[in-house]
Amino acid sequence: MAPLPVERDLRLDLFRGIALWLIFLDHIPSNAVSWVTIRNYGFSDATEIFVFISGYTAAFVYGRAMTINGFIVAAARVLKRAWQIYVAHVFLFAIYLAEIAYVAHSFDNPLYSEEMGLVNFLNNPDVTIIQALLLKFKPVNMDVLPLYIILLLWFAPILWLLLRSPSLGLIASASIYALSWKFGWNFPAWPTGSWVFNPFAWQLLFVFGAWCALGGAQRLTRWTHSPVTVALAVVYLVLAFSIAMTWYIPALAVYVPKVVGEVIYPIDKTNLDVLRILHFLSLAVVTVYFVSRDWPALKSVWAKPAILCGQHSLGIFCLGVFLSFAGHFVFTEVSNRVVMHVIVSVSGILIMIAAAALISWYRRIERQGPGPRPPAIKPGYAGGDA
Amino acid sequence: MRGRFSSLLAVPVSAWLAFALPSQALAERPADCRATGHQTEIDFPLLFTGRAIAAKNLNVLVVGAGSSILPGPNGAKNAYPARLQLALAAKLPGVKVTVETDVKSRRSADDMVKTLPAMLAKAKPSLMIWQTATVDAMQAVDLDQFSRTLDVGINTARSAKADVIFVNPQYSPRTESMIALASYVENMRWVALQQEVPVFDRFNLMKTWADLGTFDLYSATKKLDMAERVHDCIGRLLAGLVIEAAKPTP
Repeated sequence: MAPLPVERDLRLDLFRGIALWLIFLDHIPSNAVSWVTIRNYGFSDATEIFVFISGYTAAFVYGRAMTINGFIVAAARVLKRAWQIYVAHVFLFAIYLAEIAYVAHSFDNPLYSEEMGLVNFLNNPDVTIIQALLLKFKPVNMDVLPLYIILLLWFAPILWLLLRSPSLGLIASASIYALSWKFGWNFPAWPTGSWVFNPFAWQLLFVFGAWCALGGAQRLTRWTHSPVTVALAVVYLVLAFSIAMTWYIPALAVYVPKVVGEVIYPIDKTNLDVLRILHFLSLAVVTVYFVSRDWPALKSVWAKPAILCGQHSLGIFCLGVFLSFAGHFVFTEVSNRVVMHVIVSVSGILIMIAAAALISWYRRIERQGPGPRPPAIKPGYAGGDA
Repeated sequence: MRGRFSSLLAVPVSAWLAFALPSQALAERPADCRATGHQTEIDFPLLFTGRAIAAKNLNVLVVGAGSSILPGPNGAKNAYPARLQLALAAKLPGVKVTVETDVKSRRSADDMVKTLPAMLAKAKPSLMIWQTATVDAMQAVDLDQFSRTLDVGINTARSAKADVIFVNPQYSPRTESMIALASYVENMRWVALQQEVPVFDRFNLMKTWADLGTFDLYSATKKLDMAERVHDCIGRLLAGLVIEAAKPTP
């Protein structure tokens, strides 16, 4: 087994922080500012970055716990984390209920009688709320946390396997992915259908992140830093970019050969399409090539806001979902002008940064406690969540 | 509420924005149904419809759910299927145009497909206009299953010698954060491309209207006037699409 790195890789926090901002921007419906997010320029989006880095940091934090304190302690900590995320999800659901109840009460327009049928579920909360607590009923944009919960629930045994035999762990994960495609496995949703993010498919990226954290990334260095790999990644990114452009400029669509269209479409987000994985991997290869672990900018003031957000990902993610509800509310109640989109987007990100700074501050004072100061943590270890 | 807030904000914000943004006065001008910059994919010819027009007898069947209906005593007269009939009759002098409807609220694509053979047998249309996807998105119907249902519907209509035009969901800004329409709109578009079915892109059309200020789709009102004007525009634009796509290919 490769020795676990002691110092946290700030790049992870930086890119997870940026991913959280992008997820926030994408979650505000019809947000003009979401043009800047990566989903518009290729096949994958911020979700892949978030899931991969979450797997990486989970292995980083709980992998150390498992080597030092044993399986039981590490598994207990993973489950505690899953529980925290569950509570956060239920909290967001409460906010969603408040929003929908408000809209149901205040908005009436004969043009939209069909759409308002959506509030019918308020008539039978006995069923709806229970289905939500069972993670079967998930409102729009509230699919990531349930996925995260499931990924953590089976993470302890996977981590155990990864620590013993990284390759075997990765092969097991890839097999589950392949089998879920072959047999159409997914979790059931309510009232119909299945989960928007299929845990059987998305676990691959999470486990791959964990595998990278446990020495896999180092083993891959020879490949990821080879000019051939980087060139292939760039070519793939350019191709994906060209295809993405045809979605917005229909006139370009004629240049996509029919055969290509039939092969690649629809690009399946639910089951984590291979094209999306490749796109994410290409982005990762290019990023790792150009942004080294000891890149000085990572310690600069400019990187600090994103890093802070990335270090407190659960809190900031939930805040982002809440802010996207609030942002949409501002669009409908106050103004829907482009300038308002910019104001809402920028202030949302500023609030996320302020909240992350506040959480860090709380952590510091809580760590200090009432008594004498505990021994200082290792310099350079950035702390932060799994 | 929106009005109150916007007037509070309007003075300082609009002062420095006046030059930055195009005017968005909410002038409701049904006469031109402004839709500049909006495109409908009409590359696919409607052969049965073209023949029916040539034979001076065009039967259209509108299959849809709640957004093909308007409430009230004059609802049926003012909803877009009836407006479509008027517009088609006006644009096709000498052709007998009938528009039958099979529209009921809260129906998913699958619900509609179930009654489709009977409806087609009864109405014997040359063209089926199929408005769907909203209820599927609200019920979060599995996307693959949704696409398969669309395929079944298209094949059923075609074997009954009817062309198909899709009408995708309405753009509804208030419920946008609550109904995940995007992936259904997208899947509908892909099925349409593969099956060579024209799509009346109501979603983006209405979004354009909201952006241009043609209609204030945010307004909370029990009054029907705006809804009626929206349906009137949809009916007329849809008639334009039908006639364009039914033109004999050179």
